[in-house]
Amino acid sequence: MMLDIRELSVVFAGRGVPFTAVDRFSLQMERGEIVGIVGESGSGKSMTAHALMGLIRRSQVTVSGSALFEGADLLRLSREELRRYQGRDMSIIFQEPMTSLNPTMRIGKQVEESLRIHERGLSPAQRRARALDAMALAGLPGPEALYRQYPHQLSGGMRQRVMIAAALVLRPRLLIADEPTTALDVTIQAQILETLKDINRREGVAILFISHDLGVVRALCSRVVVMKQGRIVESGPVDQVFYHPREEYTKLLISSRPARKKLRGGQADG
Amino acid sequence: MRQKSWYLTIGAVLTACMLAFTALGLFWTPYSPTAVSAADRDAPPCAAHLFGCDSLGRDVFSRTLEGAGSTLAIALAVLALGAVCGLAVGALCGYYGGPADALVMRLCDAVAAFPSVLLALVVLALTGPGKYNVIGALGVLFIPSFARLVRGEFLQYRDRDFVRSARLMGVGDLRIIFVHILPNTWPTLLSGLTIGFNNAVLAEASMSYLGIGVSPTEPSLGYMLKDAQGSLFTLPWCTAFPAAVVILLILGVSLVGEGVRERMGVAS
Repeated sequence: MMLDIRELSVVFAGRGVPFTAVDRFSLQMERGEIVGIVGESGSGKSMTAHALMGLIRRSQVTVSGSALFEGADLLRLSREELRRYQGRDMSIIFQEPMTSLNPTMRIGKQVEESLRIHERGLSPAQRRARALDAMALAGLPGPEALYRQYPHQLSGGMRQRVMIAAALVLRPRLLIADEPTTALDVTIQAQILETLKDINRREGVAILFISHDLGVVRALCSRVVVMKQGRIVESGPVDQVFYHPREEYTKLLISSRPARKKLRGGQADG
Repeated sequence: MRQKSWYLTIGAVLTACMLAFTALGLFWTPYSPTAVSAADRDAPPCAAHLFGCDSLGRDVFSRTLEGAGSTLAIALAVLALGAVCGLAVGALCGYYGGPADALVMRLCDAVAAFPSVLLALVVLALTGPGKYNVIGALGVLFIPSFARLVRGEFLQYRDRDFVRSARLMGVGDLRIIFVHILPNTWPTLLSGLTIGFNNAVLAEASMSYLGIGVSPTEPSLGYMLKDAQGSLFTLPWCTAFPAAVVILLILGVSLVGEGVRERMGVAS
């Protein structure tokens, strides 16, 4: 078992009534698996990922439960201990490729950043080679030329690939993808999904894929967790959940998608 | 298409001329700035004395050269002290926030509530005049404005997505502050620096003018203006030339700041 989340809860205390953003979330992930978390806005799917990555400030929020990543409980590690995992063993990519890259740093430097932190012994040439390698893996054409460019010279899809390259440069075992394709148009989205799939096959990186888009999750994941208002509504193998949803909410979610099937004459979507 | 203005070009040329003028004063002056010549007393500008002579027969051109040098040196030192400390304070406050930030910023507010020249006067009254005391007093008083400027920028950047993702790659706080955030604040910082430089030149000149800046034996632009004010109408060149140097220096640097800000597309 690579990742074992048990009874993860995130509760905002604040003034007045405590608000439970994530309610007893449990999930087990094996190495190399792609698991999707789907749900509408505010269902707690991103909050779950943020809790795992230590992005939630503990002063405002109580996080309880456990999340064992290869035996270490991510929820109990100190910030310094967590930093040793971040970027090296687990990475995250965000929704907004336009703002996730630093406008004043060259692409190459940004891809190399986690190498600088976690593998201090590398020479600049070695770092460059590893960065170019990761950029090629992320499907960036002509990495050598891109290496010296700035983010504003790149399109949204390219920037998201740069983010993927930066996240993968150390070949983490877990990649958390928080709506990575939502801000992109549909054709680019499909290409990025293909790339993620390819990376998963070639490098064995497990992917925890968070999305509100059921079609995207179906195309990519082997298992899916459906969330609503912080709770897991339903979970299981992707085909089972899609073809034989047990819960009313899941059925609603599926029926709420635009029916591409009809337009394309029965061809499966995604 | 936005029209490209000439601010940067004019400012750069003007600043370069003034810097060249000042640099010249470091190596060469036609006469000794302090040499008194009875024959040349009250001489108007002529070939021998470009800027004329003052009531003691001292060459105004030589004194202006020398004075510009010391004024510029003091202004730069003040700026360096204020900007480096202000940057450190502002970056840490803006990045970490919390009670310490609130405390430090209130302290800055308290200091900034007084006119800086006035506070510097008080400090110098306690420590006595002298170049280094002036630099120290003005430098410390310049910290709050830089601190506030930098803090504002850091507040704006600390929760940006790219900072968050750097943090999630395991990048440490110091590296985030200096490598990831600081370069983004350059456009704002640069215009802050030009304004700070101008204020420093003016502050130094005003303090010398009030007679508590650098010691009277060293020529300084402010000091020359003070000396010449009694003979403003009889010997106007004694006032006009040092004043022109101050004005042109400030104008040049301001234009550079404005031009850079404009080209980097920062809203004013």
